[in-house]
Amino acid sequence: MENKKTFRRIYVWQLAVRVFHWLNVLAIIVLILTGFLIANPPALLIKADASELYMMGTTRLIHFLAAYLFLFVMILRLYWAIIGNRFARWTAFMPFNKKVWENIKHVLKIDILLMNEKAHDPQHISVGHNSIATISYLVMFFMALVQIFTGFGLYSDTSEFWLPNLFSWVNPMFGGDFATRQIHHISMWIFIFFTMVHIYLVFYHDWLEGRGEASSMISGYKFVGSGRVKGKKKSSNKESEKN
Amino acid sequence: MATIKEKKETYYESIIKNGYNRRDFMKFSTYIAAYMGLETSMVAQVAKSLETTPRMPVIWEHYQECTCCSESFIRSNHPIVADIILDKISLDYTQTLMAASGEQAEAAKHATMEKYKGEYILCVEGSIPMGADGNYCCIAGKSALESLKEAAAGAKAIIAWGSCASNGCVQAAHPNPTDATPIHKIIKDKPIIRVPGCPPIGEVMAGVIVHVVTFGVLPELDRLGRPKAFYAKRVHDTCYRRPYFDAGLYAQSFDDANAKEGYCLYKLGCKGPSTYNACGTIKWNNGVSFPIQSGHGCIGCSEENFWDNGPFYERATNVPGFGIEGTADNIGKVAAGVLAGGIAVHAIAANISKKKELAKRVKDATKNEENLKY
Repeated sequence: MENKKTFRRIYVWQLAVRVFHWLNVLAIIVLILTGFLIANPPALLIKADASELYMMGTTRLIHFLAAYLFLFVMILRLYWAIIGNRFARWTAFMPFNKKVWENIKHVLKIDILLMNEKAHDPQHISVGHNSIATISYLVMFFMALVQIFTGFGLYSDTSEFWLPNLFSWVNPMFGGDFATRQIHHISMWIFIFFTMVHIYLVFYHDWLEGRGEASSMISGYKFVGSGRVKGKKKSSNKESEKN
Repeated sequence: MATIKEKKETYYESIIKNGYNRRDFMKFSTYIAAYMGLETSMVAQVAKSLETTPRMPVIWEHYQECTCCSESFIRSNHPIVADIILDKISLDYTQTLMAASGEQAEAAKHATMEKYKGEYILCVEGSIPMGADGNYCCIAGKSALESLKEAAAGAKAIIAWGSCASNGCVQAAHPNPTDATPIHKIIKDKPIIRVPGCPPIGEVMAGVIVHVVTFGVLPELDRLGRPKAFYAKRVHDTCYRRPYFDAGLYAQSFDDANAKEGYCLYKLGCKGPSTYNACGTIKWNNGVSFPIQSGHGCIGCSEENFWDNGPFYERATNVPGFGIEGTADNIGKVAAGVLAGGIAVHAIAANISKKKELAKRVKDATKNEENLKY
């Protein structure tokens, strides 16, 4: 990362990953906003005729459409976890080897507790997700499943479509709609908390490391010191460099 | 009532004997078939079954409960429901309504249990207190648990009347001092129909029994063991105020103009959207009204844990362990605030701690900027 060394452009986030990310952003924002409106609708209108309005109906429709989007991009991402590049593949998310734990320790020390390294070692900077981020994505993936199962569970009884009806067992499992709704509503807050921390940390890394963290989710590229790339010519895509 | 007759009467015979004419009987058959969600063509089958089927022996047990289920049943819409289906269902044993008492009554119960072993229907009203060795509820020297197990052993099927027997109801509300337990958690080897509600609608109760009589099998049940004919829809889905919900027209308090207009009670804590029952269609008290029609939100009495499911008059999501004010949104807002504060602190601390590193980067990059070729 020193100025004498050159930077190499690395293709980190493939198109499918970026598309997933931004559609997911859209879905989550719409779901949270409409979700709040459904949970606690504003009652601004008085003396109106029900036949002329469909406010709640429209809000719920948008919520359900966004829910389908959320589900489908999740399926796309799962598919990409099988065929994607090393940063997208499911193996990148498995916290089961020593290197991952080393990285967790490093991120905890340097980025969370803000300690400083004696000698700056660029090898420590993750090219893709860092290990704490991957764990948080695993948690969020689980939360997404919770939302999909509880949400479509609540929706299933009013739908004739086979897809939501696959989830009709969810309400009885929790004892009734009320419990399912509780879980659905409380879990939503986890997404808000995650979003706050996620955005902050993107800015933090972009600001501190200056290698295109924020723009990488648009362009797909990040920059690493040329020392981390094998071979003299352009950054080769032969997968042999260390994480 | 507690005597066992040698030749069992059919339902029709006992209806006629009670002074109803054939016309009343046919009206009843049509009416109950409609409630059961059957086609018109099935009315004949209902009538025929009631004409030819001997009355089903029923033992009706009361445990930890308030008897509102029985009250609901005998106040059912159609007189024949109360007079015949309940009274003459051949209730061989029911603590509230039987004439016999004491040892006589117990003897009658045991006679029925032996004589109709494997044939009788066991109706259970009330939950079973499992705490203190079952001593919270004892009948005839036996704990409710012993009594239930004894009665269930020879039953063809069990109907869990009301929320107590179906899911514990009020007694099972936190902290559940008597360890009140619903029937299905105790009896595992018998088919159980759960008919929740506090109380369930009388017609629903009658409909379940007539279904068993007419078709000889239990009605189709949902995943929670409730008859689909009556519990397939949410109160919300059959509510006549639903158009106001969809339109976004809500009462904000019970005395505002919107409430007067008859707008949706969603914001006043109506639990209709998460409650499965037939209140919106069958209604109560001879079809006169139901809570929402009377201007009061549904409290969700036919749902599990309805007492613990948050306030009745607020649309809130309670977080367990956070007390009365612990709605999810309040906690969420506070937590988001704390988190935002933490992020701000981290950002400031990062600026201080990483000052050197940043300064070096800025220096290097500024040098690069100066050396730009074009």
